[in-house]
Amino acid sequence: MGRKLLIHNDKVPNIHTLEVYRANGGYASVEKALKTMQPDQVTDEVKKSGLRGRGGAGFPTGMKWGFLAKPEGVNRYLVCNADESEPGTFKDRYLMEKIPHALIEGMITSSYALGAKTSYIYIRGEYFYVARIVEAAIAEAYAAGWLGKNILGTDFSHDCYVQVGGGAYICGEETALLESLEGKRGNPRIKPPFPAVAGLWGCPTVVNNVETIAAVVPIVNMGGEEYAKIGIGKSTGTKLISASGHINKPGVYEIELGITVEEFIFSEEYCGGIRNGKKLKAIVAGGSSVPILPAALALTTAKGEPRLMTYESLADGGFLTGTMLGSGGFIVMDEDTSIVKNLFTFSRFYHHESCGQCSPCREGTGWMEKILQKFLNGTANESDVDLLWDIQSKIEGKTICPLGEAAAWPVAAAIRHFKHEFIEIAQKKKFVDISHYDRLNKLVKA
Amino acid sequence: MSSQVHGAQKFDNAKRSETVFSEDAMKTVQTIISRYPADKIKSALLPVLHVAQAEFGGWLSPETMDYVASVLKIKPIEVFEVASFYSMYNLKPMGKCVLEVCQTSSCWLNGAEDIVKYIEKKLNIKVGETTKDGMFSLKVAECLGSCGTAPMLQCGASYHENLTYEKVDSLLENYKAEGKLKSYTDLDYKNTL
Repeated sequence: MGRKLLIHNDKVPNIHTLEVYRANGGYASVEKALKTMQPDQVTDEVKKSGLRGRGGAGFPTGMKWGFLAKPEGVNRYLVCNADESEPGTFKDRYLMEKIPHALIEGMITSSYALGAKTSYIYIRGEYFYVARIVEAAIAEAYAAGWLGKNILGTDFSHDCYVQVGGGAYICGEETALLESLEGKRGNPRIKPPFPAVAGLWGCPTVVNNVETIAAVVPIVNMGGEEYAKIGIGKSTGTKLISASGHINKPGVYEIELGITVEEFIFSEEYCGGIRNGKKLKAIVAGGSSVPILPAALALTTAKGEPRLMTYESLADGGFLTGTMLGSGGFIVMDEDTSIVKNLFTFSRFYHHESCGQCSPCREGTGWMEKILQKFLNGTANESDVDLLWDIQSKIEGKTICPLGEAAAWPVAAAIRHFKHEFIEIAQKKKFVDISHYDRLNKLVKA
Repeated sequence: MSSQVHGAQKFDNAKRSETVFSEDAMKTVQTIISRYPADKIKSALLPVLHVAQAEFGGWLSPETMDYVASVLKIKPIEVFEVASFYSMYNLKPMGKCVLEVCQTSSCWLNGAEDIVKYIEKKLNIKVGETTKDGMFSLKVAECLGSCGTAPMLQCGASYHENLTYEKVDSLLENYKAEGKLKSYTDLDYKNTL
């Protein structure tokens, strides 16, 4: 069994209440930080831990905190990105729903380090009921003095609020999130200035993912160096993986970074193997935007080494033969899955979610969806594969925010590894889909 | 102040004067506003629009949007800009229960298309339509963060997960028997995570 630091208590009855959470060691990081550490010491521990942003980009959290501008007399803010919308990702929802105080504790400890008097948790609107759970936990924390004025009798005071969104994937991009938090359309801002200098209402702001903030709790409790001993190289600590698709045991798993992809998919501790005795065909390892990998490359790198669940190993080989850990949205597909149809659901998604600011993304995502629709209709030609490739290559790197890349990468990877599927449909002028028949219709091939 | 910016929906001055938050809703709105600095209350717009949608029949009419603008002391166009950007705000009347079936990858891999077809047949409507009795509207949604419990649909605040045809039958029956408007802001919700 791997070590768990974030959801080790998820099965404890009533762990969502302050009483039970506290009885299981909750809020110790607030006590330790406020009573025995200077704010910069907390930041130092986070730097030592090697913690990297868990939302998908994997940027070192301590370094991000270090960039925060601290001009005299200007408010600073911590904003929690709980806009979890990357297809395949549902770990933040799980954490907030099961152990809401883990996030709130992290918010308080992190805000102390950053000198933020106010913080906001921006939760995607569809998770309205989750926002209710977090708000109830915040109310408990206020009543017990963990939030509000002079926490634990120190001169640190802090207010934490929830804001719900209105339904837009783009608000997971940090500057779009800030626009949305200001009551506007979620159009990403041009950087620089970065939020660390000019964020919420023009004030210095740190935006961190739910899991990142929750990870600050064990880091402060055990010390950054101890935390960094878990994992391999620059992939330290534990990571929540959202596992879905054609597996026996979908769900949220906390892993020590460094286990093999093979163990994650096939061991009983995690996904429990492929459903119905089918063979593995492909995985999307880190949410819809990362390149899809065929089974062989998913399990073994091009160099012939076992593929590990780390930022580095998953990226080994670049995009030619590798992928990314991303958000940890791990989608597994069996041998009957149509890669073309799966790609269509992604492209439809990105077309729907493009904010419309940049032409390459606004137009390109629509074109890609339409061309993929032609494949599903059986009206595509072989040349349409080249057209798809051409369009995706002209979106990447040409937009304000990374939604352009997120839309382009899955298209590029599907063609790179599964071009034969596109060609076959184009030649036969016919598309037959049996990818999903087992779940509801029980038409499983023997 | 009335506005002409709301697209096809016609503005009704008489309706506008009737559009006022109940005491409870106003209390909620004031709580939301209190979370932001006094000169930044525009930030309350997204959550307040959710309250307004639940309060005024499950959609945001031009009159409702203008009312929200007056409450937050911003221009009507600022409200419309936001209401038309985000997918959870309805700019036309909907059924009491809006069924939003997730259709992205993991849900598709687990039969979301079959769930959509099943509901279309059962309710005799297509995606984007509302039943004649005004009870149900059917929508498709992009990833709702329920990939491990796919296929799923959202109705108001509730997540209905690990769907089967039988589960769809029973949830439709229950909603029909209840006969109530379902909103994202509802306090009672079901979820099966």
